[in-house]
Amino acid sequence: MSFLTLKGISKRYGDFTAIEQIDLEVERGEFLSLLGPSGCGKTTTLQMVAGFVTPTSGTIMLDGRDITHERPEKRGMGVVFQSYALFPHMTVDGNVGFGLEMRNMKRAARAERVAEALELVRLTGLGGRYPKELSGGQRQRVAIARALAMRPELLLLDEPMSNLDAKLREEMHIELRGIQKRLGITTILVTHDQVEAMTMSDRIAVMHRGTIAQLSTPFEAYERPETPFASAFLGKTNLLPGEVLRRNGRCAEVDVAGTTLKVPHEGRHVQGKVNVYIRPEKVHLAYSGAGDARATGRITTRVFTGNQWLLLIDTALGQVSVAQPNNGAPPPNEGEQVGLMWSDDDLRVLQKEALDGHA
Amino acid sequence: MKQNGFLGLLFNALFLTFIAAPLVVVIAVAFTDKGFISLPFDGASLRWFKAILENDQILDAFLLSLKLALVASTIGVALAVPAALAIARYRFPGRGALTGFFLSPMMIPAVVLGIAFLRFLSLLGLGGSFWALCATHVIIVLPYALRLALSSAIGLDRDAERAALSCGASRFTAFRRVVLPMIRTGVAGGWVLSFIQSFDELTMTIFVATPGTTTLPVAMYNQIAQTIDPLVASVSTVMIVGTVILMLVPDRMVGLDRVLIGETR
Amino acid sequence: MATLDDDRAGAAPWILSAPALLLFCGLLLVPLLLTFVLSFHVFSDTAGTLAAYTWRNYFEVITDPYYGAIFGRTAGLAFAVTFFCILLGVPETIVLARMKRPWQSICLLIVLGPLLISVVVRTLGWQILLGNNGVLNNALQALHITSEPIRLVFTMTGVIIALTHVLVPFMVMSVWATLQKLDPQVEWAGLSMGASPFRVFRRVVLPQILPGILSGSIIVFALSASAFATPALIGGRRLKVVATAAYDEFLGTLNWPLGATIAVLLLIANVAIVMGCSRLAERRFKHIFD
Repeated sequence: MSFLTLKGISKRYGDFTAIEQIDLEVERGEFLSLLGPSGCGKTTTLQMVAGFVTPTSGTIMLDGRDITHERPEKRGMGVVFQSYALFPHMTVDGNVGFGLEMRNMKRAARAERVAEALELVRLTGLGGRYPKELSGGQRQRVAIARALAMRPELLLLDEPMSNLDAKLREEMHIELRGIQKRLGITTILVTHDQVEAMTMSDRIAVMHRGTIAQLSTPFEAYERPETPFASAFLGKTNLLPGEVLRRNGRCAEVDVAGTTLKVPHEGRHVQGKVNVYIRPEKVHLAYSGAGDARATGRITTRVFTGNQWLLLIDTALGQVSVAQPNNGAPPPNEGEQVGLMWSDDDLRVLQKEALDGHA
Repeated sequence: MKQNGFLGLLFNALFLTFIAAPLVVVIAVAFTDKGFISLPFDGASLRWFKAILENDQILDAFLLSLKLALVASTIGVALAVPAALAIARYRFPGRGALTGFFLSPMMIPAVVLGIAFLRFLSLLGLGGSFWALCATHVIIVLPYALRLALSSAIGLDRDAERAALSCGASRFTAFRRVVLPMIRTGVAGGWVLSFIQSFDELTMTIFVATPGTTTLPVAMYNQIAQTIDPLVASVSTVMIVGTVILMLVPDRMVGLDRVLIGETR
Repeated sequence: MATLDDDRAGAAPWILSAPALLLFCGLLLVPLLLTFVLSFHVFSDTAGTLAAYTWRNYFEVITDPYYGAIFGRTAGLAFAVTFFCILLGVPETIVLARMKRPWQSICLLIVLGPLLISVVVRTLGWQILLGNNGVLNNALQALHITSEPIRLVFTMTGVIIALTHVLVPFMVMSVWATLQKLDPQVEWAGLSMGASPFRVFRRVVLPQILPGILSGSIIVFALSASAFATPALIGGRRLKVVATAAYDEFLGTLNWPLGATIAVLLLIANVAIVMGCSRLAERRFKHIFD
């Protein structure tokens, strides 16, 4: 049985449905991300797990216990808020030890645990400072230490890194994941940053308009998105509209602007109007002499991002973006004609959805 | 913004002189050694300050004003803080009307309040009661306490309270250990402002005061209406100094303009 | 105490506001209603206030030229004070806004500080300053600007000067609040498009602080129309304004019904002016600010 189970959870505010029938099972020790754009309901879901919001229907079970209507102060979860929510009138020690104080831990034992937590986040020695004397990154660590000091069964993180600058954020991804693995604590992270979700999670739940669009490992979510939303939200992709001509056991033959592409359908019953997807890094430039170009076109835009070259190419199939790693000669300039190659196994096909997001 | 030119600074200097003049004059007159108000004078003395200590009427009035201000501002704050929290944290029908109601004494002319209170208290036979007078002062000062408590409560980080709950604090403990300390500045500023307003209050109190419950401003008004002698000047000087000291408290904490105008910086 | 789920307001806010609400209903609402009722009572010189009802008090106040003069004088006073407060207060606030710390804080303290000092003290200061033998007259004579003392005490001029002094900080506060919301870069934008500093001020800054000037004017007007201590001490017995007239009736003649009538009319006028002008200002300026 899983550690945390959400069954049939929904949340309505009057006429507005924020969360519609969510089922989720989180294993003990797992790092799960709720990933989605703003308004998809990920924070509301987290708040229901934490107890700050009561579900309209459904149950939440933690380790066999029904906690759906349990008060937040009884749940014993560690919560890290987006704004950190440190107590400005207490020192770092006071903040980190607050949860232990609430459990009536004696001063000496508390001090020991606080020191332990501070060491975990590498803030040893700053115990006497007040939050306003700390940098943003330090405040975040205090918030994490405060949540972990209680040795909670579940750690909930609500977009904790959105206020950090890019470099610091990247460092924290790795560091936080390391802490989580070391402690083996079950963790749920809410984020809109797909790189963050992919870097840190064991599994990702991609959320869209109050439901879970896809629940899988980062690799699966990226390589095999199951909905157009998921495929567009995680990473960049090329979208080529087309129509299914025929299907066999493994592939569907799709007519894209006059060219026929053989696309693995992975068991999906696709027919009629579909979208064919391929990731930019899976499209390669065919240099003259290599013969086998699948499509040709003119480079309209060429951008250098440091570790990559991004190219936009006008082809008969439509506009195709190509991502080429920066490990050799630069690609041809804008205006040049190039050929494009890819492997059919890297193509994906999904049913075209009507504009309102339903198939 | 542009810098101030010579004209601007000159205007400012004249303006400040205009503002400070009456107060400076009062303080200066208080140090005369003569038996009447004269300016300029040749001998300076503290006789009129000593005269305060010999004047029972003034001393009684001073103590009454002090006691009144202390009690009224404390009660005012005690009533205003929960109301401020209610208004700041909940959306409920009638919220705007309630806020307007609590702030209304600031909009009602003091004369009208004085007459209304006098009528009410005399009907109830509570004419000379300290507590009745105190209650009227609570009404006068509550808007000030409420405004400041409200701006603190509205700026409160609600997540800090949720964090406390997630750490296992009961709702009451979270309120006591996290919310109250965080609105501490607004509450303290509200208390000081209420104290000053109560102590200074004149127009309304004139109607409600009785020979047994005469506040200092009322006593001074009665005195000035008859004749001006340096005693009122020396009492005024003490009041000015006292207010300046008291003023430094909210100014140190948040800045006087923020206390009087609100959180606009 | 704390609510975290916004859809569960319930009775909590009312419980929290209850003590203050009870006090206000009992000690504010009720007395005001009683005063309103009182204004309809009859007053007899011999028997005092009687429990009979009549419109006579209102009739008297509205038609008697004696009261007409008082209301007129009060309105004139209020307009004059408002005018001078704008004249003095607005430039001063602009000058203040352009100052640097720490001068700005110090000057602001001096300007706003007197608000915390009792009006008795401030008015006493003006009595000393404006008296026939007062500082101002002595100075003017010493400088040979005048040969005789100018009468300022017990004149409207004196009251206007003193009342302006008392109320100009309110104008400063109001304009200051508006100036703080001003984006300084908007001024630079104007300059970058070729407008002279004066033009930028007139076309860009002034329209934006107009709401502040307006709300300050409303406050000053309302406060000067209901002013008591300053007109009483500087104006004297013969220059009555509405507030001192009410005092006279109530504590002098002991004609409580008439005093109550004046008070009710003052309150209605106050509320009407403040709410009416605020509505007007809001509608006119809604599109500038959120």
